[in-house]
Amino acid sequence: MIPAAFDYHRPDTLDEALKLLKKHGDEAKVLSGGMSLLPMLKLRLASFAHLVDINRIPGLDYIKEEKGTLRIGAMTRQAALERSDVIKSRYPILADAVPLIADPLVRNRGTLGGNVANGDPGNDQPAIMIALGATFVAEGSKERTIPANQFYKGLYETALARNEILTEIRIPAPPPKSGGAYTKLKRKTGDFAVAAAAVQVTLGKGGAVESCRIALTNAGLTPVEAVDAAKYLVGKMPDDKTLMEAAKMAAAKSSPSADRKGSVEYKKEMARVLTARALKKAVQRAGAN
Amino acid sequence: MAKHKISVTINGAVRAAEVESRLLLVHLIRENFAMTGTHVGCDTSHCGACTVVLDGSPVKSCTVLAVQADGCKITTVEGLEQGGKLHPVQEGFTEKHGLQCGFCTPGMLMTASALLERNKNPSELEIRQAISGNLCRCTGYVNIVKAVQYAAEKMR
Repeated sequence: MIPAAFDYHRPDTLDEALKLLKKHGDEAKVLSGGMSLLPMLKLRLASFAHLVDINRIPGLDYIKEEKGTLRIGAMTRQAALERSDVIKSRYPILADAVPLIADPLVRNRGTLGGNVANGDPGNDQPAIMIALGATFVAEGSKERTIPANQFYKGLYETALARNEILTEIRIPAPPPKSGGAYTKLKRKTGDFAVAAAAVQVTLGKGGAVESCRIALTNAGLTPVEAVDAAKYLVGKMPDDKTLMEAAKMAAAKSSPSADRKGSVEYKKEMARVLTARALKKAVQRAGAN
Repeated sequence: MAKHKISVTINGAVRAAEVESRLLLVHLIRENFAMTGTHVGCDTSHCGACTVVLDGSPVKSCTVLAVQADGCKITTVEGLEQGGKLHPVQEGFTEKHGLQCGFCTPGMLMTASALLERNKNPSELEIRQAISGNLCRCTGYVNIVKAVQYAAEKMR
């Protein structure tokens, strides 16, 4: 399959890329890893007159934890996240998730920035970023930051303006007694989730839940943050019964659609089961550090 | 739609081409360079038959634009054999019967050779994970895993 014809631009600087976006407006699309965009162009589900390839812009590929913030450059490949020691040791929610994204060959190209900016509810990292309380840095006429839980507006619709590029993901470093987990059900390698749950918790004095965020993948047109379920947990001891109740509340917030991966009922039930598992795992990890 | 003059180093040789923006890397390799060892399978970045090593990383060449490879180093299955001597992964696939129809084999070989560059002593699980983006519908993977283990031992 061959994409419809387009002009290809490979700017060397962010400024140059932003100028191209400004010039071409709705006709232009940013090309990051291309693992979602190129298949869509090939299947002719999308077409753009101009692709602006940001792969050669220096300084968009890094993972660094400093002053209480983990900063990840938008062009950081999934494979780099998978091999990162700081992620393996301090961000288990991401360490859980990355090996479950697509397949190893796709992860060699696919980027974190592309995964979160694309606005596909089947992508795994949007829910994770919501659970982690991350913010996205957008460069346009000026720099601005957008909290992950305010970023997703609809199917492939995000808060990112046409003339903006997502350049960095900022994740607050978790305090002591924190843990996270991502659980995902998929039929085979490379498939999107039937359902998946992202959980990040921090335990307080005596082991009660001090703070918690829960978000679901493929549970609607955007990632779904289960605010009520998280609120329900705060101040409570995270015993099995309480976690099960929170998982039930989270699943009630999901509104998946039926497709060949399963019926609505099945997907909602899987969202409940996966949230329960993620909660248990996250609490266990929080207790261990 | 302007054409782009690109230059790549493929299997050690510098090759130039003038390409349309939308030309896929796999078609550059197969059609412009007439190297047909790299296969087009699913053409939707699932099957991995089109896997080539791009600047050290195995990637699906049906989902990379040719123009994106400008200035890069590419290794295809044709580049594995050196001086008439099979690469250990090729030898492994021969010795351990790692193929039946052979359609996935070029991709499998590229993924396997890139794995062994990075990890000299992969466990069975690591091999299975590494090739999880390469589909084989004949072998059930058992002999492919054995073939990679054979190559790993040979390369140590």
